[in-house]
Amino acid sequence: MTPGLWELVLGGVWTTVQLLLFSALLATAVSFAAGIARTHRRWVVRFLAGLYTEVFRGTSALVMIFWVFFVLPVAVGWQLVPMWAGTLALGLTYGAYGAEIVRGALAAVEPAQREGGVALGFTPWQRLRLILLPQALPEMIPPLSNLLVELLKGTALVSVMGMGDLTFSANLVRLALQQSAEIYTYVLLIYFAIAFLLTRLMRGLERRLKANVGKAAPRRTAARRPRPADAGTKPVDAAVGGMR
Amino acid sequence: MTWDWGAVSAFMPHFWDGLLVTLQALALGSLISFALGLVWTLLMRAPTRWVRWPVGVVTEFVRDTPLLVQLFFLFYVLPEWGLTFSALATGVCALGLHYSTYTMQVYRAGIEAVPAGQWEAATALNLPRLRTWRVVILPQAVRRVVPALGNYVIAMLKDTPMLMAITVLEMLGRARLFSQARFQFTEPLTVVGVAFVVISYLASLLLRALERRLVR
Repeated sequence: MTPGLWELVLGGVWTTVQLLLFSALLATAVSFAAGIARTHRRWVVRFLAGLYTEVFRGTSALVMIFWVFFVLPVAVGWQLVPMWAGTLALGLTYGAYGAEIVRGALAAVEPAQREGGVALGFTPWQRLRLILLPQALPEMIPPLSNLLVELLKGTALVSVMGMGDLTFSANLVRLALQQSAEIYTYVLLIYFAIAFLLTRLMRGLERRLKANVGKAAPRRTAARRPRPADAGTKPVDAAVGGMR
Repeated sequence: MTWDWGAVSAFMPHFWDGLLVTLQALALGSLISFALGLVWTLLMRAPTRWVRWPVGVVTEFVRDTPLLVQLFFLFYVLPEWGLTFSALATGVCALGLHYSTYTMQVYRAGIEAVPAGQWEAATALNLPRLRTWRVVILPQAVRRVVPALGNYVIAMLKDTPMLMAITVLEMLGRARLFSQARFQFTEPLTVVGVAFVVISYLASLLLRALERRLVR
């Protein structure tokens, strides 16, 4: 590995991080919007939000990326720069998974809390902002943290479209050096390091949010981080998990 | 935007070929992930940390890194080491390995959910260790984990298009080939997208039916 090739890889890391940041922001916005819309009074709103989540969770992220890159320009007549096309496809796909997490966490807040809000004459918006969300947020963080790692893994898909992310730079290095073991090992380690950093950050966030509603941070046990599948057996996740 | 039904009907034969490959990869990948996941779970219950620790690190690593890069790794690095497989076989191995790190957690949760009384009863009946696992614990654990495993099969279905990147002609690979040859991207890609929604929706219905039968 020459310094020039490392520069290439670093450029790839930067693109991956940017894409991760943008699509995580879009996915968060979308998942809160759709997740909250699924608790709306009007059935039309609930139905539309449900339709969005089912369609976008039902299809594959890579198919969605192809669709945004190739079909959208023809369909609407404008072409997005690759970064925004990737952000759009990843944000909408992973936002649909996030919407289920938000909905599940909102539904898991004790009904008495909501009723208390009704009894005190809060408007629906006040109930959501002052009662439901502060209590639901810390519960969302562990599954959202897992989703963020899934999103990081998803960002590798844009390399198929020729976007110069970390995976793409690995391909270039492979072609340049005519050997692959070394570079792919490095790239896997870089992805792992980013994922590790993300889970740490999310755990810190969870502790702060829990402290805000007067709950203790979860005790450290043998399991290093909450994993998607153990949650699968808990009752909350029957609602959250559903169809992946 | 124009929609050309002619392109759809021209694409359909390719689509069915691709679907067959997708389903093959899915079936074989699921089998590998079910078997390997159980192996990981049992290794994680080994009495010595010299087994648990490496297995834990390796599975965590595989789970937190992109499947796409793992596919490239297997596809390009294994031949350098003198192991040559077909693209589909490589893809199936990568899918199975990647998802086995998820199914291991499902199994673990399932095994932990077997009531302690079952273990105690097996001890009281003086059942040998292997027999305890084979006839008491695993049958009850597997019954509990079927829905969660099914979710991962559906997730794996949605990851099969990645095999396209290592030249496997599954649904999306066929669509790309077809659209590059005819410069019609809209129809094949939309057909494939709709197919994924339909297949995963049908699979989730099937899974719900299975869940009702198994989990009582």
